[in-house]
Amino acid sequence: MAITLTVNGQTHSVDVEPETPLLWVLRDTLGFTGTKFGCGIGACGACTVQIEGRAVRSCSFPVSGAEGSAVTTIEGLATDDTLHKVQEAWIAHQVPQCGYCQSGMIMAVTAMLDERPHPSDEQIDATITNICRCGTFARVRRAIHAVSDGKEGRDA
Amino acid sequence: MPKAKRSAMRRWTRRAFIGAGSLVGGGFVLGIGGVIFSPSRHSVVSADAEEKGELTTWITVTPDNLVTILVPHCEMGQGALTGLAMMAVEEMEADWGQVRIEEAPALDMYANAFILRAFVGDAVPAPMGRAVDYGSYRLARWFGSQATGGSTAVRGTGHYGMRLAGAAAKEMLLEAAADRFGVAASDCAATQSRVTHAGSGQSATFGELAMAAAAKPVPSSPDLKDPETYTLRRTSPPRFDIPPKVDGSAVYGIDFTLPGMLYAAVDIAPVQGGMLVSVDPAPAEAMPGVTRVVQLDEAVAVVADSYWRARVALAALTPTYDDAGHGNVSSASIFAAFDESIGEAPAMPDEAAQVVTADYRVPFLAHATMEPMVATVRVDGDRAEVWAGVQDPLNARSVAADALDLDPDQVHLTNLLLGGGYGRRLPFTFDYVDLAARIAKVMSPTPVKLVWSRENDIQHDYYRPAGMARFAAALDADGRPLKVACHYAGGGDGESVFMPYAIADKQADGRDAAHPIRLGAWRSVLNSQHGFFKESFVDELAHAAGKDPYHFRRDLLDEEPRFRAAVEKVAAMADWDSPLPEGEGRGIAVCESFGTIVAQVAHVAVSWEGTLRVRHVHAVADCGDYVNLDSAKAQIEGGIIFGLSAAMVGEITIAEGRVVQTNFGDHQMIHLADAPDISVEFIRSDTRPGGLGEPGVPPIAAAVTNAIFAATGIRVRDLPIKHHDLARV
Repeated sequence: MAITLTVNGQTHSVDVEPETPLLWVLRDTLGFTGTKFGCGIGACGACTVQIEGRAVRSCSFPVSGAEGSAVTTIEGLATDDTLHKVQEAWIAHQVPQCGYCQSGMIMAVTAMLDERPHPSDEQIDATITNICRCGTFARVRRAIHAVSDGKEGRDA
Repeated sequence: MPKAKRSAMRRWTRRAFIGAGSLVGGGFVLGIGGVIFSPSRHSVVSADAEEKGELTTWITVTPDNLVTILVPHCEMGQGALTGLAMMAVEEMEADWGQVRIEEAPALDMYANAFILRAFVGDAVPAPMGRAVDYGSYRLARWFGSQATGGSTAVRGTGHYGMRLAGAAAKEMLLEAAADRFGVAASDCAATQSRVTHAGSGQSATFGELAMAAAAKPVPSSPDLKDPETYTLRRTSPPRFDIPPKVDGSAVYGIDFTLPGMLYAAVDIAPVQGGMLVSVDPAPAEAMPGVTRVVQLDEAVAVVADSYWRARVALAALTPTYDDAGHGNVSSASIFAAFDESIGEAPAMPDEAAQVVTADYRVPFLAHATMEPMVATVRVDGDRAEVWAGVQDPLNARSVAADALDLDPDQVHLTNLLLGGGYGRRLPFTFDYVDLAARIAKVMSPTPVKLVWSRENDIQHDYYRPAGMARFAAALDADGRPLKVACHYAGGGDGESVFMPYAIADKQADGRDAAHPIRLGAWRSVLNSQHGFFKESFVDELAHAAGKDPYHFRRDLLDEEPRFRAAVEKVAAMADWDSPLPEGEGRGIAVCESFGTIVAQVAHVAVSWEGTLRVRHVHAVADCGDYVNLDSAKAQIEGGIIFGLSAAMVGEITIAEGRVVQTNFGDHQMIHLADAPDISVEFIRSDTRPGGLGEPGVPPIAAAVTNAIFAATGIRVRDLPIKHHDLARV
């Protein structure tokens, strides 16, 4: 069955079962491999993309649900050759280690900051529930604060 | 330079041998254009096989003044590529802004490079000491034997190889400049990719000198820089591998594709060692996109035109397996066997004023790399190609060759980025490569990408060994320990059980208690278990003696000045003696692993209801000297989080012979909300460089449980902490 998807501003027609998770359509059908597979049950967030600006865990989201909506992946975050300010902060604070979780982490953080530009630590804790196994959390928090309010660490 | 350091350096360089021999057969070195060097066509025999060593790096200088460093380690996010290149560039005096780094890739790709080959005669793995043939197979053999693991990149390859290669390159460039300027090389100086003769004011860039430099003999013992004169090392240049990791362009094993490739999903016998008894392939074969159901000895795979279709079809199958006779194995039975093998607590001397005993237990743990196991394989007649992210390309290639009844030479492996390693992608743990190869053989010549589900990954890991230790100690009337001894089961070695404290009688006795659970190296190997055991027990001794846990340790470290300095510094960082509010506490622990001493203080808060929050972790590391300051800090930070996740919530349990946990729902890890602030500082010492990828892990569990005791009076002796009720109401 043909489904029309708009990914990073481009329209694609894909012929897949409608219940196929968006993740696999993005990765294997359309080649947006920046979005990662971590668990398949929406627990780790490695597959996070944005649908109409909302962070969505694409491994557990049927592709049919994204039809007619604007999907943004990590590849679509930069505008022309300019990185998103969150991506820049990720480089400035040398956040990634293996980097595998960071596409999802960045997509979740950008969605959060779009909705709430100056989140408190409690709001960050409640919103950013992506798992990073290398242990970059302290830097993730630092980079979020650098973008949102210039603070360094967690509130005391 | 201090005298002792200089003599140590001379002793080392005298034993060094740089591969001038690589000129034999022509085609070498340092960036002349136009000649292709192919290792497969050359055999280099060392002047002295005893001093034969590792091929460490390849340095190319091109006429545009660009320096390219090929680094023979894989990048798992530990910053190895950047750090190793810094070690070469520091000695070479190249301009860091004009340096490119490449991970040494598959054989025939790096065979086309112009290379400076350095052979070094120290710390050579035994198999390499005999290797005299640097044809392509030997290169690969070496490449594999230099697996990235054990925190070896900087302390092995870097310390013994990259520095020497950079220094040799600089000397050759100086010689070339001296010819050009008509002066003595000793009167020339290199800096920022340029050689200058101060007397005449002449200068030339490395790029201008590269061609002539390549014709110079390779110095066998180039002078190394006085570490006090380093200008690049100990700074924090941004890592080369990070920009592609923030825009989605980095290519991991799971991202690799080939035209016409098919996808495989696999179900594996749930009890390790179990075999497939039967499966009816029909339900899967009837489903869309399915090409074939492949039955293997211990697994069944569905191959389809998309991974999702393969998964869906696999779920329609109801395979049955045997349990290899292990159906009665459980965590309880394993720990009961540990307990029995350990037996009585160690005997203590009669003169003891006080005897303290305690048992500690830790569970199996999974690596749970964020990228599940993935391998893509194409088999075509007597050739095969493998694409995967592995910590050891050679062993992975051999595994594929064995699975396919081919020689390793007939298998080509391309290593891709790893989405986490931590020991899961090390030698002898390439079951996923083995499975992918066998599936691809059935599907030959169509390439197949095998993607493990998270369930495959959690249930078919090579687990961090579970372990148990039974300690006893004797204290004299002043609370000083006379003897400390432990019996342990689950694995240990001299490094992991080592206690630095000045105690006259220290014993550790490992007992065998075999079980069928598959084990592997998990970030810090045996040190995460024993770090928890021994540093918990020392803490208990301090409290039994009525002493402060930091000062108790400090007073027993007069003979171990590096340990003493580390605990003193971390106590100062954490403001150890300052008071804390009710329900908060600090805990200290110190461990040496992989040549690095790490001391940590955890500051925790435990609510009356028992909710634990680790607020801050202070860490001090003495790894000799570090290379990239920020990357070094990141490794310690990462080790702390990795170890904290295990301490707080991590466990793999066994029931009916199989792993109970299935995915990230029931296999827990900590999140951002649980992560403390972390402060890391370093102590520089004159010892050989220690590792950094692992040593942050071992102290953290005890630092936290010791802090919980300080905060609540509750002693946690088995992990994870989540099973303990910390409430005081």
